[in-house]
Amino acid sequence: MSELPTVEPPIAGTQPEYHFPPYVSSIARSPRMPLVMLPKTRTEIIGPVFGPGLIRAHDNDLTAQHEGEPVGERIYVHGRVLDEDGRPVRGALVEVWQANAAGRYRHKMDGHDAPLDPNFSGAGRMLTDENGHYHFKTIKPGPYPWGNHHNAWRPAHIHFSLFGAGMLSRLVTQMYFPGDPLQPLDPIFNSIPDEAARMRLVSSLDMQHAKPDYALAYMFHVVLRGRDETPFEERR
Amino acid sequence: MDRRIPSSSQTVGPFFTIGLKHLIDRTVELDYAGADVIEIRGRVLDRDGSPVPDAMLEFWNAGDTGGDAMVGSREHGIPDGFRRVTTNLEGSFAVRIAKPVSTTGEVGEQAPHLMVLVFARGLQRHLISRVYLEGERGNDHDPVLLGVPAERRSTLIAKVYGTESYLWDVILQGDNETVFFAW
Repeated sequence: MSELPTVEPPIAGTQPEYHFPPYVSSIARSPRMPLVMLPKTRTEIIGPVFGPGLIRAHDNDLTAQHEGEPVGERIYVHGRVLDEDGRPVRGALVEVWQANAAGRYRHKMDGHDAPLDPNFSGAGRMLTDENGHYHFKTIKPGPYPWGNHHNAWRPAHIHFSLFGAGMLSRLVTQMYFPGDPLQPLDPIFNSIPDEAARMRLVSSLDMQHAKPDYALAYMFHVVLRGRDETPFEERR
Repeated sequence: MDRRIPSSSQTVGPFFTIGLKHLIDRTVELDYAGADVIEIRGRVLDRDGSPVPDAMLEFWNAGDTGGDAMVGSREHGIPDGFRRVTTNLEGSFAVRIAKPVSTTGEVGEQAPHLMVLVFARGLQRHLISRVYLEGERGNDHDPVLLGVPAERRSTLIAKVYGTESYLWDVILQGDNETVFFAW
């Protein structure tokens, strides 16, 4: 049998370990047996291409999905999705979800004693354009307490899910906000050993794209694994 | 070309259905005209054998599905080869997806299989696994299965349950832990 090409491991410290005891939920849910080297076959290299039929009006405007305007600080979020060579990932599906301005998720399992906002669902999705750009409008999410340890609070964040050129490019992550004093206290954020890698999950204030007298803007770039190993397939 | 370091992963958390359920809601509406479909059902379990009620699984069939595996049509946008499901309070899931076929490539012939991604609160990076189908002739020669320690291979093979129906559990940790791949 010929030697199978395998997936390269991540650069040391740039990805969290599965077993990270300060994040209590990881203890009983993370594998203990050795991970097996993943061969790089067609299965891993290609991936689904989502069509524009998936995206509906207001999917990238989380402030316009209900009759009234949600409470809180309006913001724009935008950035680029790139591969490891810095090339734009085009047509990438970006899915986002978040708590409302009071730090409450519209989810039946969220027991935090903070108000739901009838005008905010907290979900959005979009496809990147020809330059790998995505953008959406939302409300700045609030921090909220969680049960990990005594007096544990999550820093404000927006969840991101992304698909790239192939299934190996798949990424779920969180975008944070600059200057949040809860970040150094958060085991999820700090599960990434490398400080520079951690800080790449913190968006930057972008005054150039802010709309005066209306809303601030934050910029957040994402780099997906892979280097465009398959030609981009035209969407139908 | 300047090299970039891939962004770090963070857990999907407990409330991901808010943003990710739309793909599940819509896939149940799809039909599979012309394609053979299999169902795989099972449970996601943690170290203690407790059900994981807030997991999400993504199944990927990169082979010939009879339709278009890769590219979602303009109407619904979801490729035939991709399905996303979540577990319920019992940790159970069920997925219906185009039946995989054997494929030939530079690594030789691969037995029919699906790539599986596992997401959950507590998992800071998703897990990558594969599921093969009991009784497929190519299983004994599959180059990827042969790369897995022999005593653990059975964790990647779904058991026949009925006609085009299979059982496969995902055990995150402990006895009979499912094989996961490094990435």
